[in-house]
This record gives sequence, C-alpha cells and structure tokens, in this order.
Amino acid sequence: MKGHNFSLARLVAILRKEFIQMRRDRMTFAMMVLFPVLQLVIFGFAINTDPKHLPTALLDRDNSAISRSLIRSLEVSNYLDIRYLPKSEQEAERLMAAGKINFIIQIPENLAADIGANRPAQVLIIAEATDPSAASGALAFIEPIINTGIRRELSGALSFAASRPSLVQVVVHRRYNPAGITSYNIVPGLLGIILSMTMTLMTAVALTRETERGTMENLLAMPARPLEVMSGKILPYVLVGYVQTIVVMIAARSVFDIPMNGSISLFFIVTTLYIFVNLTIGFVFSTIARSQMQAMQMTFFLLLPQILLSGFMFPFRGMPGWAQIIGEALPATHYIRLMRGIMLKGAEASDLWADIWPLGLMVLLVSALALQRYRRTLD
Amino acid sequence: MVNLSSSPQDRDTQSLVPQNLAINVTGLTKIFGTKTVVDQFDLSVPKGAIYGFLGPNGSGKTTTIRMVCGLLVPNAGHGTCLGYDVRTQSAQIRQRVGYMTQKFSLWEDLTIAENLDFVARMFQVENRTQKVAETLNELGLSERSSQLAGTLSGGWKQRLALSACMIHKPALLLLDEPTAGVDPKARREFWQTIHQLSDQGVTTLVSTHYMDEAIQCDFISYIAYGKKLIDGPSDKIAEMVGLFTWRITGFGLKQAQKHLENARGVEQVARFGTALHVSGRDQEALAQSVKQFCQGTDLKYEQRTSGLEEAFIHLMSGAEDNFQ
Repeated sequence: MKGHNFSLARLVAILRKEFIQMRRDRMTFAMMVLFPVLQLVIFGFAINTDPKHLPTALLDRDNSAISRSLIRSLEVSNYLDIRYLPKSEQEAERLMAAGKINFIIQIPENLAADIGANRPAQVLIIAEATDPSAASGALAFIEPIINTGIRRELSGALSFAASRPSLVQVVVHRRYNPAGITSYNIVPGLLGIILSMTMTLMTAVALTRETERGTMENLLAMPARPLEVMSGKILPYVLVGYVQTIVVMIAARSVFDIPMNGSISLFFIVTTLYIFVNLTIGFVFSTIARSQMQAMQMTFFLLLPQILLSGFMFPFRGMPGWAQIIGEALPATHYIRLMRGIMLKGAEASDLWADIWPLGLMVLLVSALALQRYRRTLD
Repeated sequence: MVNLSSSPQDRDTQSLVPQNLAINVTGLTKIFGTKTVVDQFDLSVPKGAIYGFLGPNGSGKTTTIRMVCGLLVPNAGHGTCLGYDVRTQSAQIRQRVGYMTQKFSLWEDLTIAENLDFVARMFQVENRTQKVAETLNELGLSERSSQLAGTLSGGWKQRLALSACMIHKPALLLLDEPTAGVDPKARREFWQTIHQLSDQGVTTLVSTHYMDEAIQCDFISYIAYGKKLIDGPSDKIAEMVGLFTWRITGFGLKQAQKHLENARGVEQVARFGTALHVSGRDQEALAQSVKQFCQGTDLKYEQRTSGLEEAFIHLMSGAEDNFQ
C-alpha cells in the first residue's frame, strides 16, 4: 500500500458529507433531542427489588460476646456480606465512595456495657442510598436481625434484658441520597441507556444505509482507507452524543434536581469514552448487518441486557453470579456506576479507576474489531 | 464456442505487449456460494480502446467489472489493470479508474454540487473548486447545482454519474450499462463524449444491451452464463460467427416465420420491424429453404450480411445448449 496512507483530506471529505446528510435527516435530529426527553419522562419511576448479599464493612469497637453474636446473626441472614473490616471510619467511607460496599455497620465500644446497665444502646448503619431500592429492602430486616442476635447472647445475669422488646436502636444514615429519591438513581443511569441506544443505532445504520442505497459501491470504488471511513462515520455522532448528554443534564438539574457533586471534566471524559465504545459497537454492527432493519434489531439485542443487567433497572448486587459476569462485560454497567459515582457521590478518578479502565479497554478492542471487520470489497 | 481472444492483433497498430494493455487478466473466476458467476474469463483491453461488454442479464458482466477494479476479489485468475495487480493493488487501481455503477450510486440527499465536490475531495483533485464549477458548466447544471441529486430525472442522474466518475481524469473508465433507460439524444451525446475521451487516450470498458452502441465499440466481448462466447473487433464479430442471413419482406411474415423456423438449414428467425431475418451457418441449405418457401408468394427476399444482432442471437441459442 505504498503511497496510499491515511489522508486527512479524505477524512474531511467524509466528515463534510456526513454532516450534510445528518442535517438533512430529520430523524437524526428527532432522536438527538426528543429521545432523551421522552425516556426521562417515561423512566421517572423505579422498580423495587429485594437484593441480598450486599457487601458491607464492619467496624466493631466493642469486641464483646454480644457484638460478635450480633455480627454472626447478620452473616447468616444472607442480606449482608461482611467483606471488609476497616480500621477507621475514613477507610470505611473510602470503600463506600469507590462503590465496593453498600453498608457500613458501626458497633460502639460500650454496646455490651450499655445493654448490661440497661442504658439505651445504639448501632449505626450507614447506607449507600444512591439506589434506594437496594438500601431500603435490606435496612428493613437489619434491626430485627440485630436484636435477635443480641438476645441469644443474653443469659445468666443479663437474662432480665432479653424480655425487652427492643434492645438496640439501629440508627440509619443514608449517604449520597439521604431522602432516598429514586430519580437520583434512575437519571444518571438513564443517560447511559440513552447514549447506548442512540449512539449504537446511529452508526449501525450509517454504513448499512450506504449498502442499502447502493452508494456503498461508489464509496468503495474510491481510494478511501478503512480508518478514514470509520472515523468519518463515527466522529459526527460524537457531537450528537454531547448534545444528548447536555439535554439530559439540563433536564436532570431542572426537572429532577439531581446534583452534580463531582468534577464536570471527569464527567465529560468518562462520557466521551462511553460514547466512543457505543459508536464503535454500532460500526461493528453495520459491518455485519445486511440492511438497516437488521442493524436496528442488533442494536435492540444489545440494549436489552444493557438495561436489565447493568444495574440500571435492578440492583446489580441482587443479580445471580452469571448475570453479574455478563453485566461486567457491558459498557453501560461501568458507565452507570461512574455516573452515580461522579454525580451523586462526588467521587474522583482515583476512586473510580476500576470502572474507567474497562471502558477504555472496550474502546480499543471494539475499534480494532471494527477496523478488522470493515470490508473494502463487496464480497 | 468461438474463441478468438488473440483477435485484437488484427487491429494492425495495436499489439498485445502488456505495456499497451489497460486491462490484462486471465482465468478470472468468481464463485458466489455454489454458483460460478464468472468462469475462467480472459480479457485484454488495449489502451485507448473502447471495449464493449455484451451479454444477457445475469451473465457476469457487472461481476467482471467489479473484479477488474478491485471491488470483488476473484476466486481464481490473475492479471493487471493499468499495470497494477488486480488482487493486491486495488488501492492504486481505484485512484486511477472511473467506475460508473449500473444503479445510480451517488448520494441522493446531497446536492449536485455537493456530490461532485465530495467525489473530487475523495480523489484529491487539484483545483477542486474550479474543476467542480467546470464540470457543472459542461453538464449544463450550473444553475441547478443546489438541487438534491435524488430529485433529478433518470437521464440527468446518468449524466451526473458519468461526470462524477470522470472528475479525477481517470485513465480507465468502467461503465456498467451507462445508458440504460436514457433517451436517444442523451445516448448520442454520451457516446460522443466517450469517443472524445478515447481520442485523448482514455480506455473505456462499457457494458451495454444496445446493438447500435456495440457497433460504436472498437472491440466487443460477448459473455453468457459467466463464460466468454466470443471477442474481437466489432466489425469482424459477425463474420467470425460464420452466419448467413436472408432478409424477407412483404405480407404474410407471420406465416413465413412459422414455416421457416422448422425448415432445413435455418437456425434462427428473427423479426426486425417489417422484415424477417432468417439465418443459419449452412449457406446452401438455408438459401434453398428460403427460396422454396418464398417462390410463388408475394414475399421478397434478398441475402444480406449478418449483423451483430443476428450473431448474438445465434450465440445465445448456442450458449443455452452449452451452459444451462
């Protein structure tokens, strides 16, 4: 291929053509603005579920027979999995910001003494409430479990206390979404779903449209390199993605009062990565699909797991293991976590690295696949 | 089957030295699934020649053109197009070839000017703006340049497509049924352009169904069911087939046709307007049959030289026996 390298002039030519066609295509415009607004309105409601095995960090300051019994009863309950034993509150808070745990349980140092002295005893539970359905389901069960666990340990001198209906008061602090508003959880996730749907669909259709209209033959007869065609087909839609993001953000702020606690630049960097993943997936689809109809079907085939298995609709940790494995392979899963982390928790890049690198890796892998699949012939 | 692939040598000045060939491919074969669409196809097109590609629908003309310009990879066979390998150097070939597809393949949602501009940009044409303006002017479309290409009539679409595929001054034009559905005036103008380009040294490979266009070509290749039946200089094709033809005029042609179709020595009977053309390779038997039937009737009959049309009808009837 000597003397036939990547040409910026040809890329510009394709970009110009795509922009002109996009401008004349009312459907693209409608999708760009109306689709996110419509989805935001429709998904204003949440779905309640009863997740189990929620990862939990435990700070046991008491370290008494009573506190150990309490912990054991929590462990056998299946609602919580005690995965971390942090040394300090700060450490526990970091784990929560990074999305590793849903609950922090703090047992005060004089729990056993308070119960023995018949003083009011308290256990503090900090719940990560960005997904209120996940938090409230488990919280409802925690207080009775704790009380049962303690009561089992009360014998001999302490048996008088066992007859009291409530031994320990469970104090709940909700973090990030103190009011437990479901739209807090839905809207950042919805941005992931909207982008996934429109970005994939637009590029999936971009090449198949050329094939269907017969213009592909003309395009292939021109001396264009695959990278030029792919970039020319993808880059215009990055802008469409930004427009959609901004539409959703404006709606999120003005209609749902969703805060933006994290960095705007991190938000846009992550969103750009996510837009690229979806655009390149769409491009791969368009190399497989024979018609626009097929391209559309493939897009919806991907959209379904992105909605159901990404933690958008059902709490991720409530899903069976195999579903979580599939979920981890979906870009929306990581993006939705990132959005909740940035917008609601104000998390920083260092906290979110575990979900940033998979997105980056997906961009690279899918782009390579797209380039490899792009045919320069009509075969 | 008549195979006279060396016949371009008859054209005194041309020779088959590869340097003088714009297209030189041998054994080109394309298989889709289990169907062999093009079978062992040889093609030698001298530089500057107008080469006509004839054959019924689905005979493999389009597939052959696509293989020549690198849009399809042949399953077998090899060769060069403008000196570049058709298998490995399709990028170089694309830069130098103007390909006009059978179906209109410019962008209907772009304007006339935008289409030309896009093509010019893709081929990195120098003085692009000027070149586009010139092309619009030659087409007579300057005033309609901002009209969407999709709104043009069939004939105008063809002309726009032809101009677009010539904008980068290609050395070889591959035209796939460029005049299908175009009115006679536009066709005449189209062929004038092709002859002018040929004078300037541009090679043209054109597929067509029209006999009047076939006659305008320097060389013709007739293909059916993926196989070449004959090729050679257009004025010698009929002779090569070895066909004799009688022309019968007058009243009662229908009856004559019915009778002669089964007569000895008659291989084909075709109606041309008010005349009947009766052809066959056995000169004596044919003459006897024609005379026998026409004598004593009002029908007039005369022997005439076989035309391309008779030759191709004849080739086709043979092809069915051989390849179906």
